[in-house]
Amino acid sequence: MKKGRVWKYGDNVNTDVIFPGKYTYALMPPEEMAKHALEDIDPDFAKNVTPGDVIVAGKNFGCGSSREQAVACLKAAGVQAVIAKSFARIYYRNAINLGLPVLQSEEAVDNIAAGEEVEIDFASGKIIATKGTYTFPPFPEKVLGILEAGGLIEYTKRKIK
Amino acid sequence: MGKTFSEKILGLKAGKDVRAGDVVTVSPDYVLSHDNASAIIQEFKKFGLKKVRAPEKIVIVLDHIVPASEEKYAQNHKIIREFVAEQGIRNFFDINCGICHQVFAEQGFALPGKLVVGSDSHTPSYGALGAFATGIGRTEVASIWATDEIWLRVPETTRVEIDGRLPAGVYAKDVILKIIGEGGADMADYQAVEFAGQAARKFSLASRFVLANMSAEMGAKNGYFEPAEETLAWLRSRAKADFEVVRSDRDASYKSVLKYDISGLVPQLACPHTVDNVKAVTELEGKPFHQGVLGTCTNGRVEDLEVAAKILKGKKVHPSVRLLVLPASWEVYREALKKGIMAVLADSGCVILNPGCGPCLGAHEGILAPGEVALSTSNRNFRGRMGSRDSEIYLASPATVAASAVEGKIADPRKYL
Repeated sequence: MKKGRVWKYGDNVNTDVIFPGKYTYALMPPEEMAKHALEDIDPDFAKNVTPGDVIVAGKNFGCGSSREQAVACLKAAGVQAVIAKSFARIYYRNAINLGLPVLQSEEAVDNIAAGEEVEIDFASGKIIATKGTYTFPPFPEKVLGILEAGGLIEYTKRKIK
Repeated sequence: MGKTFSEKILGLKAGKDVRAGDVVTVSPDYVLSHDNASAIIQEFKKFGLKKVRAPEKIVIVLDHIVPASEEKYAQNHKIIREFVAEQGIRNFFDINCGICHQVFAEQGFALPGKLVVGSDSHTPSYGALGAFATGIGRTEVASIWATDEIWLRVPETTRVEIDGRLPAGVYAKDVILKIIGEGGADMADYQAVEFAGQAARKFSLASRFVLANMSAEMGAKNGYFEPAEETLAWLRSRAKADFEVVRSDRDASYKSVLKYDISGLVPQLACPHTVDNVKAVTELEGKPFHQGVLGTCTNGRVEDLEVAAKILKGKKVHPSVRLLVLPASWEVYREALKKGIMAVLADSGCVILNPGCGPCLGAHEGILAPGEVALSTSNRNFRGRMGSRDSEIYLASPATVAASAVEGKIADPRKYL
C-alpha cells in the first residue's frame, strides 16, 4: 500500500474548478488534462502534485457538469483516491467508470489535515492516518466489478466478447 | 405501500418489482449527447465494434460551441458529422437547431414514461414532461452505444410541494433559487425530486423546465412533474413514439416532503460562487455589473424572452452593460420573431446570438475579464465558469436580468411589471 500526501479542500468542490469548461470541448491527451487539474480552486496543485497523493474534501465533491475530464485530470495527475464526506452522483459514476477510487467517510475528512500522509487499504476498506484509522463502506457488487476490471471500458469489452 | 414515479418507471423498464435502493440494469429509450460526442466516439472505438447497437436511440445535438469558434472545435464537429453519417444516426441536429435540452423536447423525444440518459448534467430537464431523465458521463454513453444497457440505482425521492400564488414580477426561477438556497446544493444528492402542490400543477411548461433543469443543482438524479393537459397538448404533434404517462401512487413513500408557500416570495439571486448562496434581489440592489445573459437551457424560452421584452420595450440597455440574448432553440427564435419580441430586444440594444450554450460554460461568445460581473438567467455560477477565475456570476430570472440591464445595476423587476 502506497502512502499518499493529502490535499485538502472544502464542500461543493465543483467540476468547473476541477477542470474548467474552456478546455472541455476539444480532445486533449490525459497528461495535458493533468496540467489544468484544480486550476480554478488551487493553481499550485498541478505544479506540486506527486503520484499517489490523495484528495480529501467536504460534501458534494464533483457537483456540476457531467464532464469526465474532472475525473481523468486527477487520475492523470497521479491522484490515488478522493476521500470526501459525499460525492455528486455523476462524478461518483464517472470516477468508478474511469477507475478512480472515491471513498466516503465523514470521520476521515474531519480528522485528516492537509499535508499529512495517509495509507489506504482497499481490501479491508480502511484509511490509516496520523490521528487514527477510518473505515469506508464497501462498494456495491456492480461497482466493484467495474473497478476490478480497471474501469467501464474494460468491463464492457469483457461483456461484449 | 405505493410507489414513487422513479420506482415505477425503473421497475417497468427492468421488468420486475423494485424499490428505492435496488440496482437495476435497464435499456434506455434515448441516449443524448452533444459536442462531447467526439470524445464518446473516441471511447466507443476502443471496443473494436463496427456499429453502434441501437442507432435509432441515439440523439446528438451540436450546441456547446456553435458555430465552431476555433479549429479544434471545428475538427470536433467534423468527427461527429462523419460518425453520424457512417453509423446511420438519423437523430442528429447540427448547429442551426439550438440547445440540446430544448431541441430534444421540441423534437418529441422527451416523453412521459420514457427513460432518457444523456452526457449532460442538465438532462433531468425532461422531467418537466414526465420522463425519467438523468445525466451520465461520456464513457458511460460509449458503453451504452455498444451494449444498449446501463445500471441505475433506484433513487429515494424527495417530494417538493409548492403552494400559494406567485406575486407579480416573481417567477419559477425565483422559486427554484429559493428552494436551493434553503436546502443547499446537495439537498437531493442521489435522489429523485418530484415537484407537486397546487402551484406547481399550474406552472406553465416553460416554468416546469426551469425547475426540472435546476433539479441538477440540488444534486438530484432526476426531477419530475406529473404531466398536465398543457404538456400532453404540446406533445400531441411532436411525440416521436407512443407513450404512457407514469405517475406516483398516492401512498408512495418519500424520503422527505418539503413544503413551500410562494405567495410572499420576492425576486431571488444566486450569488458567487455557488448556486445555494441565495439572497433577495433587494439586498443587492444597486450593485453594478458588466454583462447580462438572457436565455440558455434554463430560461431561454418564448415566455422568458417575452417577459424581458416587456421590460425593455421602448428602453435601452444601459451603456455600461452588454446584454447577450440566447434563445434556447431556433424554434423559439422564430416564434419570438413572429411575436415581435426579437425586434424589441434588438431595438433596445441587445446582442442576439445563435441559439446554443454561448458563454454559459465559458468557451466562447462573451467571456468575462478579471474583475467583471455577470448577471445571468443560466443555472450555474461556479468560479471561473464564464471566463476569468476573478470574475463573478449572479443568477436570476429573465425579468431581473432585463430590469437590471436597463439600470446598469442590479434592480428589482417588480417596479416594471
